[in-house]
Amino acid sequence: MAEVTKIMLAGEGGQGVQSVAQILAEAADNEGREALYIPNFGVEQRGGVSIAFLQISDERIGAPKFDIGDIVVALSDRAIYRTKQYVGENTIFVYDTSIDIPKEDLPQNAAKILAIPALEIAKNELHPRVFNVIILGAVVAATKVVTAEDAKKAIEKKLGYKFEQNPKLRELNYKAIDKGMELV
Amino acid sequence: MTVQPAMPKCWRPETKPHKFCPGCGHGLVLKALGEAIDELGIQDRVVFGCDIGCSLLAWDFFNVDSIQTHHGRTTPVMTGVKRANPDLICIAYMGDGGGYAIGSQHLVNAAARNEKITVILALNTVYAMTGGQMAPTTMPDQKAETAPYGRNVEETGYPTQGPEMVAAITREGAYVARGTTANLKQLKSYIKKALQNQMEGRGFSFVEALSACPTNWRTNAEKTWNFVQKEMPKYFKVGEKKVPGAEEKEGQ
Amino acid sequence: MSEKLITEEKRVFMTGNEVVAWAAVAAGAEIMYGYPITPQNEIMHYWTRLAPKYNRKFLQTEDELSAGFTTVGGVMAGRKAFTATAGPGNTLMQEPMSMAEAMRLPTVTIVQQRGGPSTATVIYSQQEVTMTTFGGNGEGLRIVYSTANHQELFDYTIKAFNVAWKYRFPTFVLGDGYQAKMRESLTVYDPEQKGIEFVPAEPYVGKPGTPGVDREPGHYRNTYNVEEELYEVLQGYFKDYAKMAEEVAEYQAFDTEDADVVVLSHGVVSRGAKEAVEQLRKEGKKVGYFRPITLRPLPEKELKELAGKAKKFLIVESAQGQFAKLIKDVIYGASVEIVPFFKPGVGITTDEIVGKVNEIL
Ligand SMILES: Cc1ncc(C[n+]2csc(CCOP(=O)(O)OP(=O)(O)O)c2C)c(N)n1
Ligand code: SF4
Ligand SMILES: [Mg+2]
Repeated sequence: MAEVTKIMLAGEGGQGVQSVAQILAEAADNEGREALYIPNFGVEQRGGVSIAFLQISDERIGAPKFDIGDIVVALSDRAIYRTKQYVGENTIFVYDTSIDIPKEDLPQNAAKILAIPALEIAKNELHPRVFNVIILGAVVAATKVVTAEDAKKAIEKKLGYKFEQNPKLRELNYKAIDKGMELV
Repeated sequence: MTVQPAMPKCWRPETKPHKFCPGCGHGLVLKALGEAIDELGIQDRVVFGCDIGCSLLAWDFFNVDSIQTHHGRTTPVMTGVKRANPDLICIAYMGDGGGYAIGSQHLVNAAARNEKITVILALNTVYAMTGGQMAPTTMPDQKAETAPYGRNVEETGYPTQGPEMVAAITREGAYVARGTTANLKQLKSYIKKALQNQMEGRGFSFVEALSACPTNWRTNAEKTWNFVQKEMPKYFKVGEKKVPGAEEKEGQ
Repeated sequence: MSEKLITEEKRVFMTGNEVVAWAAVAAGAEIMYGYPITPQNEIMHYWTRLAPKYNRKFLQTEDELSAGFTTVGGVMAGRKAFTATAGPGNTLMQEPMSMAEAMRLPTVTIVQQRGGPSTATVIYSQQEVTMTTFGGNGEGLRIVYSTANHQELFDYTIKAFNVAWKYRFPTFVLGDGYQAKMRESLTVYDPEQKGIEFVPAEPYVGKPGTPGVDREPGHYRNTYNVEEELYEVLQGYFKDYAKMAEEVAEYQAFDTEDADVVVLSHGVVSRGAKEAVEQLRKEGKKVGYFRPITLRPLPEKELKELAGKAKKFLIVESAQGQFAKLIKDVIYGASVEIVPFFKPGVGITTDEIVGKVNEIL
């Protein structure tokens, strides 16, 4: 059976985790690979943690959701508590260093725990709006499910119309990807 | 530090801050309702029914017995409660989709039967909970998810005039008004009169409230208020539409 | 303005709701009637954007009763009409669909299942199986396809229009919130280029000529005076249904020949079931896979045969036994042991199915 990379992204509404998942999924699809992306949604969505399930493979993908992720990215303290159940002994767990959480509350069973200063870099070096693009870069580097090139192409597809009006935005987004990749 | 205005006494503090989006009109309507309940001293007798729509987020909003019903069905559920126990003060709270589309037959028939309940309807010109589709009250040319090129009145008619319709089909004893979240004092006085009408057993009472949905309108604070204060009243005229005793007075 | 939405076969990546809207356009659907409900809303959103470009129509009704009855009106006027709904909306849809059953009307309804009973969740379930297969007052004379992926959502939405108009039974495509909202790839095509012939629509009312002068008037009813009259009409319907069933029933199966345990599932759950069975086979375990694509009519012959061979049926569904009930009814009397794996209103992963099979092997 073909390898399937299982990715979970979780954060507060507005942090842009769904966009990251969608861009990654589209990047994989553009490469001719199989991707399945499903957001969680619900009545209380407004107040709840936003989660994206994403799977990428060379063959058609099975069940849309999974029990254990290969990489689980949590971008808020609530997201960390909510996603713990998806962490197993082979999972790379990624969270943002700005989250103030006791060490023992991190998923202890993860293969590897990565704290990355994405928010800080976004704020101080780039722009708070590209926080999620830095995360995108980090996921690309950690999983290698798509190339940086294809991730950039997928962003271009999604935001190209904005880049046309303001080419600086393109540069900013590309830089954010590169920065994110360096963090891993 | 911002000074938090006092919450109505009948609000349930454990469920605050409430679950509506920032700038949502539902919270304001429920503030007016909460104050009306407090001022009438009826917290122990009120049964609050909410619809499916963003009003459902109010299922645990008050320290009063509350029932979340089905989309459009709050009016008959509250009618059932009232008929079975007339000592209770029954409030059916709903959106414009719930009241004027799927629940319109119930609104019409409860009004025609002069049911002694109070219906409060938040008009925000869209189906908010489901993501901004066209509602019966969507303004001419206003864009909505199922009217992507703007509401075409040739094809889909004009916005429902709820209070005007209810006023037309109810008999003497009914109380009907349209208020707005842009004038909470007035809205509260309408809601109070509506509840008093029920308490005195005169008849059906109905208050529509013009209300904002910045999330689906995709408006900032300024544009939101402009729409509620300036645009909506162009079509939806605020005021009392039917007051008990008015007809007799006219005859004198 | 191009005549066709899809002029050549191509791979696309989109949500299931978008797939349905595209498929309906490709299938030649002429008018959609609908009322908002999650998780089917985007079918209407996409349809209202596409419709004016391809000369199709849309009406947003005041509720699902109205959406269903306007769809009934639409097909009686001779148009390929459809609607889409979910959950509590599907409940209301059953009254108009009962009329469609009584009068053999080729309505097409897309159902994106959500949690129940009542408003429950807007997310996902397989809890609308009983209602979608047998929702009316009567015997459930309808066709129900349960899809598992976006390719099928496309293929079977197109097929639904053809099958409905060919056999004149109300036809349903049963999806769910996961299929509605997830994105995956599929190949879209122009059905005619693929050699799929469109079964033409035909008006029940408004045919040319003056009724009573040039032609017989169309008098369509769903009420009968005496028991025998109804009985006779229904006998004709049952006969047609049985004949149709042989041609329409569809399923997928593999590795069932020597299987001790056969995993039975339908819809989106069968994706995990398929993966689980493949994985277990690799480990040398005697496990098979069976999945009806039509829940009404079911592939009865194959199910009965299988129930005579396998030791255990593991029935997996995101409901408390609605699918199992359909299966049990068909295989009544067989010796196979039925092991339930029910998770009402909740998704089921591949690993869970693997675990359960290992438990009972
Ligand atoms: C029978 C049925 N049909 C459709 C729905 C889906 N639904 C839930 S809320 C809603 C619309 C709510 O709009 P409105 O009543 O205007 O309230 P708002 O959210 O705008 O406050 C719809 C259509 C449902 N729950 N039940
Ligand atoms: S979607 Fe609109 S109506 Fe609903 S809570 Fe948010 S602002 Fe209020
Ligand atoms: Mg509304």
